[in-house]
Amino acid sequence: MKNVIEINNLSKAYGNVQALDSVSFSVARGELFGLIGPDGAGKTTLFRLLTTLIRPDDGMATVEGLDIVHDYRAIREQVGYMPGRFSLYPDLTVEENLNFFAALFGTRVEESYDLVAPIYRQIEPFKKRRAGKLSGGMKQKLALSCALIHRPSVLFLDEPTTGVDAVSRSEFWDMLSELKTKGITILVSTPYMDEARRCDRIALCNEGRIMHIDTPQNIVGGFGGKLYAVAANNMFALLQAARSATGVAECYPFGDTHHLVAVEGFSAELFVSEMQGQMIKNLHIERCEPTIEDVFIKLMQR
Amino acid sequence: MKENVISVRELTKRFGDFTAVDRITFDVRRGEIFGFLGANGAGKTTAMRMLCGLSFPTSGSGTVAGFDIMREGEKIKRRIGYMSQRFSLYDDLTVWENIRLFAGIYGLTPYRTKRRAVELLSRLDFRSERNTLVGSLPLGWKQKLAFSIATLHNPEIVFLDEPTGGVDPITRRQFWELIYEAADRGTTVFVTTHYMDEAEYCTRVSIMVDGEVRALDTPAALKRQFAAESMDEVFRTLARGAKRAE
Repeated sequence: MKNVIEINNLSKAYGNVQALDSVSFSVARGELFGLIGPDGAGKTTLFRLLTTLIRPDDGMATVEGLDIVHDYRAIREQVGYMPGRFSLYPDLTVEENLNFFAALFGTRVEESYDLVAPIYRQIEPFKKRRAGKLSGGMKQKLALSCALIHRPSVLFLDEPTTGVDAVSRSEFWDMLSELKTKGITILVSTPYMDEARRCDRIALCNEGRIMHIDTPQNIVGGFGGKLYAVAANNMFALLQAARSATGVAECYPFGDTHHLVAVEGFSAELFVSEMQGQMIKNLHIERCEPTIEDVFIKLMQR
Repeated sequence: MKENVISVRELTKRFGDFTAVDRITFDVRRGEIFGFLGANGAGKTTAMRMLCGLSFPTSGSGTVAGFDIMREGEKIKRRIGYMSQRFSLYDDLTVWENIRLFAGIYGLTPYRTKRRAVELLSRLDFRSERNTLVGSLPLGWKQKLAFSIATLHNPEIVFLDEPTGGVDPITRRQFWELIYEAADRGTTVFVTTHYMDEAEYCTRVSIMVDGEVRALDTPAALKRQFAAESMDEVFRTLARGAKRAE
């Protein structure tokens, strides 16, 4: 059996909101697979379905060859799940939470210590502290330790880095890469597009659908069309002027520049002269490489 | 030089023997988009609460919108707008009811409420959603509406606490265009974010580490100062040095 997760036309609605709309994909053993998308993309619904917490309206899926509806008990023993909302016991200490989750799965912390140690050691100095009193980054590490304590073969991480600062986020991804080397299959979601490049493959999701699945390299490689980075003294005025320039399909803020998607009829020389006519001062323009976020924006506009 | 709408000197907040905010000193000028960055636990929220008149400083001094942080917290609250990712609007009220409620809280007259509401709905292209329950709006729409309501009373400063968390990339940009427009009209914007590309959109950025403001300048100057390609790199350089066990 090659694929650890198989999803076929999975759908789920809440009332008249179609949270997940006929989603299909598979995840191979040892893969670090990312679900990239904003709130409302259906990421959490998909996690709840795969971890057997809710049942689908339509379609089917398997995890480790087990059916998410019929074999729910067996699945729960094999997977680790870190929900988006902090869901450990705030009144138990760090140590007590870990022991509790180990006991729930009929194991002891010592048996999996080698697996959780690289993560748990960072919070071990605070093991007598109540979980509710931990900072965001420490809660995140404890939750990951608890999700790993029964040596799951598949790990489901729902937005583990949301609201976490850029440095802690990057450290968290280092931990995931480390877990991947131990053969654990990881399905992780994030709203931060820049984290996509840390995954083997990604699915770009929006409003319950998957817009595209591929490796991060192939996704940016398939952007098509020419992308330019433009800047000027008054960035807001530039944004408005650029949108009505010849051969500009899109222009949107992107870090310290604006990204400009060029189509038929565009030329840098013509653009420069048009901007001069609009009193744009100190204009800079250069070709640039698309990012996952550029692709996402393009796909959303279809 | 434009006048300062926020001006703080040696502002400090201690909880017991823990110094959450450690003698921060800075000015924010009228019409600026001021990015307030920092690692988790650096003291951003505590600092912001003091600026909004919600928390009393242990020591130091400062003014917000011309009022004294130590003595005139209530007056400050009337002159500012506030929006956060967690709470902004009432889901069980319609768009129109939320506007009326907040207009009432800010003390707008019925005539001004109506005028501002019509203006707001047309600027957002929301006229058809007037009677929609806010809870049923997509997150991005809600955030745009929340921002407009936070500036309903033409505050001198609007405080935005991670306003774009979890919002899709297109809506996130539309949201920033609202920020640009507000700044263009002279509203000062004080904003926190974890998206480092958004730090680049700010007029000036401050970065807090371990309760102190460690860097404050325009994004371009900060990148030069730290020999960095992006604000992301500047932030990482500073935040890596954090000693506070977060």
